[in-house]
Amino acid sequence: MATQTAEIGHIGVQRRNTIRQWRRLREISLGYLLLAPAFIILLVFEFLPVFYGFYISMCRWLNGCVRFVGLDYYARAFSDPEMWESLWTTAVYSMLSIPVQLSLGLLIAYLLFQNIRGKDAFRVMFFFPYITSTVASAAVWAYLYSPDRGLINAIAKALGLPTLKWLGESKGVFELMAQGLGTTLPNWLDGPPLALVALIIYTTWVFLGYDITIFLAGLGNIPNELYDAAKVDGASGWTLFRNITLPLLSPTTFFLLLITVIGTFKAFNHIYVMTRGGPGTATETSSIYIFRQMFESQNYGYSAALSFILFTVILVITVIQNRVAGSRVVYD
Amino acid sequence: MASITQTQSRAVTIAQAEQRRPINWGLVFVYAFLIVGALISICPFVYMIMTSLKSLGDVIVNSFWPWPPFGHEPLQFQNYPDAIAEAGFDKQWGVPLIVRYFANSIIVSLAILVGTLITSILAAYALTHIELPGKQILFMLILATVMIPNDLTLVPKVVMMYQITWPVQWYNTYLALIVPFLASVFGIFLLRQFFLQIPKDLFDAALIDGAGHLRYLFTVVVPLSKPALVTIALLNFISSWDSFKWPLLVTRDSSMRVIAIGLQQFQASEGGTNTHLMMAFAAMVVIPVVILYFFTQKYFKEGISRTGIKG
Repeated sequence: MATQTAEIGHIGVQRRNTIRQWRRLREISLGYLLLAPAFIILLVFEFLPVFYGFYISMCRWLNGCVRFVGLDYYARAFSDPEMWESLWTTAVYSMLSIPVQLSLGLLIAYLLFQNIRGKDAFRVMFFFPYITSTVASAAVWAYLYSPDRGLINAIAKALGLPTLKWLGESKGVFELMAQGLGTTLPNWLDGPPLALVALIIYTTWVFLGYDITIFLAGLGNIPNELYDAAKVDGASGWTLFRNITLPLLSPTTFFLLLITVIGTFKAFNHIYVMTRGGPGTATETSSIYIFRQMFESQNYGYSAALSFILFTVILVITVIQNRVAGSRVVYD
Repeated sequence: MASITQTQSRAVTIAQAEQRRPINWGLVFVYAFLIVGALISICPFVYMIMTSLKSLGDVIVNSFWPWPPFGHEPLQFQNYPDAIAEAGFDKQWGVPLIVRYFANSIIVSLAILVGTLITSILAAYALTHIELPGKQILFMLILATVMIPNDLTLVPKVVMMYQITWPVQWYNTYLALIVPFLASVFGIFLLRQFFLQIPKDLFDAALIDGAGHLRYLFTVVVPLSKPALVTIALLNFISSWDSFKWPLLVTRDSSMRVIAIGLQQFQASEGGTNTHLMMAFAAMVVIPVVILYFFTQKYFKEGISRTGIKG
């Protein structure tokens, strides 16, 4: 009798276990099912294309791999002067944009942070260019820069300053200044093309609001007590900024630095709208060159190889930045 | 009489107060700097709208303010219908091309928005509320795709759009514009953070009430996550509304073009001559986004300062 009950109980436990296992199995299947849509999309349109792209970069491609060329396109890229030129243009564009953008962004964010009246209104206005369609704002700026109809030359004329060709000017900025003063400079002192500088001004105008927003968030995270303590010790103004704000803001600055480097290396829409890489190749950055190889010359294989080279360059820069910053960024 | 003396005396007190406190020139300079900066941020758009209301003649002679009280031109509202007419006609739908561009952008952006929200909600829920074997690895894999720059995979993805022919060839269709963007790592990540904060007790209570995972997800979790969902939706919409390079590569017919490409092509062909019409076109593209922004800018600020990512 006692054994019978035990047996029945045993069967019950077994059944309960099977039901539990069955439920668990259903739950797991449901879990994978829920993950599947996002995972499959990311797999097919993000992961696999990396390998597929590498394969294409080793092919003469015409609706399929017409001829397997191995690493020939990479060899060709390294001896392609236009590739190096475009990489240099990208580097100049990046190196000039970053300090201007970040220092202006930090300055304005710091000013806004000092109990300025209408702080929110200012922030909304500074953020405005970032939110609007890039193509539209680039088209507007192309008009502002226009040599004969543009607002910028009209203002210059009204102030008695010389008018410039802006986006249509491939001469270097220092070369133009020397010209204005009636002298000439050695070639290596010409400076970046005015067209590229005009693009950098536009880029700064667009991204300033984004930098300010991020810097403001970073400033808000610095505890007030630190400032109070330093003030008690008699510190003020520049000393506070130099010894408290800058070091404690360094993670934010580093984050923005990374984002800006990556952003400038992949910049495309506004350059395409405003100059298409011209005049000549004055503003032809790598992303424009890669695009033209694909879209205009239909060189899919070569374009893919160039993408991999550019990606490697960005990766190396990012790693170096991480190393250098690793010792300087203060994480509290 | 009494009131006059009162006013006078008040004026005297104010004058005295001002004398006592000297003007803070530093602060004046700060405000001047900020105001000039903010004006530079806004001015190109104001000038765009101004130009879109000028006649071609005024644009050519660079007349800054041709309207009363300084000039005698009326506001040229006609430029807007003129720009629409100049941009051409879509035979397939029988509407002006600009209307078609807008329709395409809205269809594509909304489809991506809804799709991304659904895939992100489902994935984030599975990652937070279901004990899955290999969950951590899957999450790391999903996160790793952030490291893959779009430009690296541009060529193979374009090639794929030519090659995928099920159910039709994707190239030059909505499928190519929408499907590759139906998942967002950013969305999954942000929602996962949000779902993790929902107390576990809530789920146990729902379980006792007999609700399964799906019912709990849609009746409890999703309503609770509204702020995160709105942020994701906005950033996602803005970035797909702005997309230009991809649609340029995977569409061919003008009836499949989105608004950014329509504007760029109008600028390339008409920008140098019919500048006033081009500005009217640009204004039509910018104004809806501006309206959206002013009603939702709180979410933008929160979304961006929390995540640092656009779309």
